[in-house]
Amino acid sequence: MADFLIGLGLPGWLAWSIAALVAAVLLHNVIAGGALVFIWAERKIAARIQDRLGPTRTGGRFGWLQSLADGIKLLAKEDLMPEGADGLLFRLAPYVSFCASFCAFIALPFAFDVVGQRLNVGVFFVVAVLGLEVFGVILAGYASASKWSLFGAMREAAQVVSYEVPLGMCVVVPVMLAGTMDLVTIAEKQSGWMSNWYLFHDPFTFVIFWVYVTCAVASVNRAPFDLAEAESELVAGFHTEYSGLRWSFFFMAEYGSMFLVSALAAVLFLGGWNGPVPVAQLVGLSEGTGDSAAYFVRLLGLANLIGKATFGVLLMMWVRWTLPRLRIDQVMTTCLKYCTPIAAVMFAGAMFWQLFLPGGLLPGWSRPAGEIREGWLEGPGGLPATSAPAVRSAGVAAAEPSDSSGLATRSPR
Amino acid sequence: MSNLIDDDPRIIEFDVRTDEMLVNMGPQHPSTHGVLRLVLRTDGEIVSETEPHIGYLHRCAEKIGENVSPRQWIPYTDRLDYLAAMNMNLGWALTVEKLMRHGVGEKARHLRVLIAELNRIASHLVGMGAYGLDLGTFSPFLYAFREREKILDLFEEACGARLTYSYITVGGATADLPPGWLQKCEAFLDQFEPIIKEYHALLTTNAIFVKRTAGVGVLSREMAIDYGCSGPVLRGSGVDQDMRRDGESLYTGMYDGYAFEVAVQKDGRYPRDHTYPSVPKEAVLGDCWHRFFVRMLEVVQSMDLVRQSIDRYAACREPLGEPLKLAEKLPVGDAYLETEAPKGQMGFYIVGNGTSIPWRVRARSSSFSNLSVTHELCRGCLIADVPAIVGSLDIVMGEIDR
Repeated sequence: MADFLIGLGLPGWLAWSIAALVAAVLLHNVIAGGALVFIWAERKIAARIQDRLGPTRTGGRFGWLQSLADGIKLLAKEDLMPEGADGLLFRLAPYVSFCASFCAFIALPFAFDVVGQRLNVGVFFVVAVLGLEVFGVILAGYASASKWSLFGAMREAAQVVSYEVPLGMCVVVPVMLAGTMDLVTIAEKQSGWMSNWYLFHDPFTFVIFWVYVTCAVASVNRAPFDLAEAESELVAGFHTEYSGLRWSFFFMAEYGSMFLVSALAAVLFLGGWNGPVPVAQLVGLSEGTGDSAAYFVRLLGLANLIGKATFGVLLMMWVRWTLPRLRIDQVMTTCLKYCTPIAAVMFAGAMFWQLFLPGGLLPGWSRPAGEIREGWLEGPGGLPATSAPAVRSAGVAAAEPSDSSGLATRSPR
Repeated sequence: MSNLIDDDPRIIEFDVRTDEMLVNMGPQHPSTHGVLRLVLRTDGEIVSETEPHIGYLHRCAEKIGENVSPRQWIPYTDRLDYLAAMNMNLGWALTVEKLMRHGVGEKARHLRVLIAELNRIASHLVGMGAYGLDLGTFSPFLYAFREREKILDLFEEACGARLTYSYITVGGATADLPPGWLQKCEAFLDQFEPIIKEYHALLTTNAIFVKRTAGVGVLSREMAIDYGCSGPVLRGSGVDQDMRRDGESLYTGMYDGYAFEVAVQKDGRYPRDHTYPSVPKEAVLGDCWHRFFVRMLEVVQSMDLVRQSIDRYAACREPLGEPLKLAEKLPVGDAYLETEAPKGQMGFYIVGNGTSIPWRVRARSSSFSNLSVTHELCRGCLIADVPAIVGSLDIVMGEIDR
């Protein structure tokens, strides 16, 4: 889009700004809308699990407008702040959480080349920005002048910071296999049949995927790790004193993060936008050509990735409505005694596997069935240079980090 | 500043210890089962002291009892343990009958067993579901309430009310069961029996549930007796006592001919050990898990009793008989009787002075004694354990505050 605007004669900085703005607005609305859908879905799923109906009337059928109605209600609610609260921090906290959760989407590829901003350190960026969400929660708990909120904040601080360690180790494994931190390239390398997914790359990645799932659930504060807002212990934890739209910002951040970690799992382990069967490749279509067929393939990829991420979110909901909550010491034990050592061993295992068996146990098993876009997959060491390599597909511009080819221009939406 | 530097560093270190914090848990708190207020003294997540404060639900029920006739007080007994109102009615009715030396017929006896045991199931279902809620899982609560609703439907058909029944009354019951009720009750039992396995799968044997409850809040046998605990709390600590078997003959006579085994661990085994999940290795006798498990066993035990009473009740051909008059004169004298309510031993005391209004009415609540162990059990536990411990005691504030 920026190129197009420059072509119209606009100065570069303006073109870039407009392109970034369009991308931001698109992303923001897609994620916020998605959060609304997920909140509705959670209510319906929880209701079905519990032999209830859930919302049935708002919006005609299935109560599909319930989240929107709730949003309007929250907008109209009185904005309360406790007397002893630290006004500035109290007001700031929800936005910190919200921004952290939503900013991480910038680097998340939804399909081939459908990404807000392709970064050569995409994985790093997503994990780091997502980790900032904890600041919002700590601020909220600290500024609320409520003992329950403070407990929630301290729990969150202890828990999320601890889980960042095994989570980081899990994330590093696909990075090591792909040889890049660029999320687009990581997903690209898993194209082809399902066996190319890093989940099935070797036994170590298979195990580490489940460690990742555990840590991801813990890092977004979902049951059974929802200690920061443990309602039966801490009333509502860190958001006890929040009401109205500020409270809903925390909620949106939570659902946004849930989708984000699920999407990240899909990109890192489940082939990203590559389906289990490379339909497009089999019928001879390519997503990188730039014609209308490519857009169609990207649309398919988008559906693929959103489907996988949604499945992850639904899994979290299922778990939430089934399991009791762990105690804080048990949460920490799970992290420090199980997740971290397992992740470390699996990381080492995957490393040695990559060193000694780069082609897999069965020759040809883990090689893309279709075309291999990047020649360096076949390199002797298996490990290419770590600088983000350009995607040499026809019709796609080089992948310089500043090159905003992205959602704004090529989103099929 | 200079003083600080000159001081022994150990003193400074001692001075910057973390402060203790007093936290009010309740009376408005999601997991204090009504309006219980617990004052926690916490150091971080660790609770060093727990002090229950009660009285938020006090309605002078006993004083009211001294101003109305015993039958008029029946609706007030409903509001003591409102989750087991039938058992409260029964306890009071039996006490008044004891004072008046009035017996009830066979049919009324079996009807009372039937209704009281059905209400025990309902009460334990709430206890079980709410305990899941205390531990952070919402769904078992609704599964429990789904089945409880069916019991309430049965009660509604029998007496017209769903929560405060006033059904069992002095001299029998207000009305006989409607036709077809027994079939519906049997159908419910048949449908309910397999569902208990689901509860066991969701809670009793769930790894996280076991982690949260096993070895938490261990109430020793001696402490349970010292504090006057009763019901599942007492039996969860391995004390073999059940008023239905060990109580006064007036009460145990009601269960004459009924076969049931007290749900208590003897020699490391529970009755029905072979059909129900085995005790996890981590569980210690007297912990939250055992208290919970005793309740689950009592649900099955009550189902057996209900089945037995259905047969016996159906075999009775005589009419149910009329309850006593509303303002029947009470003899001079006093009577005290303890019955086995779902929460424990429920005692009623009545003093008659020759008029129809009792001179004294008192109630001894099991939840009150059970609650009194919280400060012992919660010493040194984590904040998350407080709801787990209080929930495992299964208290009802209506009964504690009266």
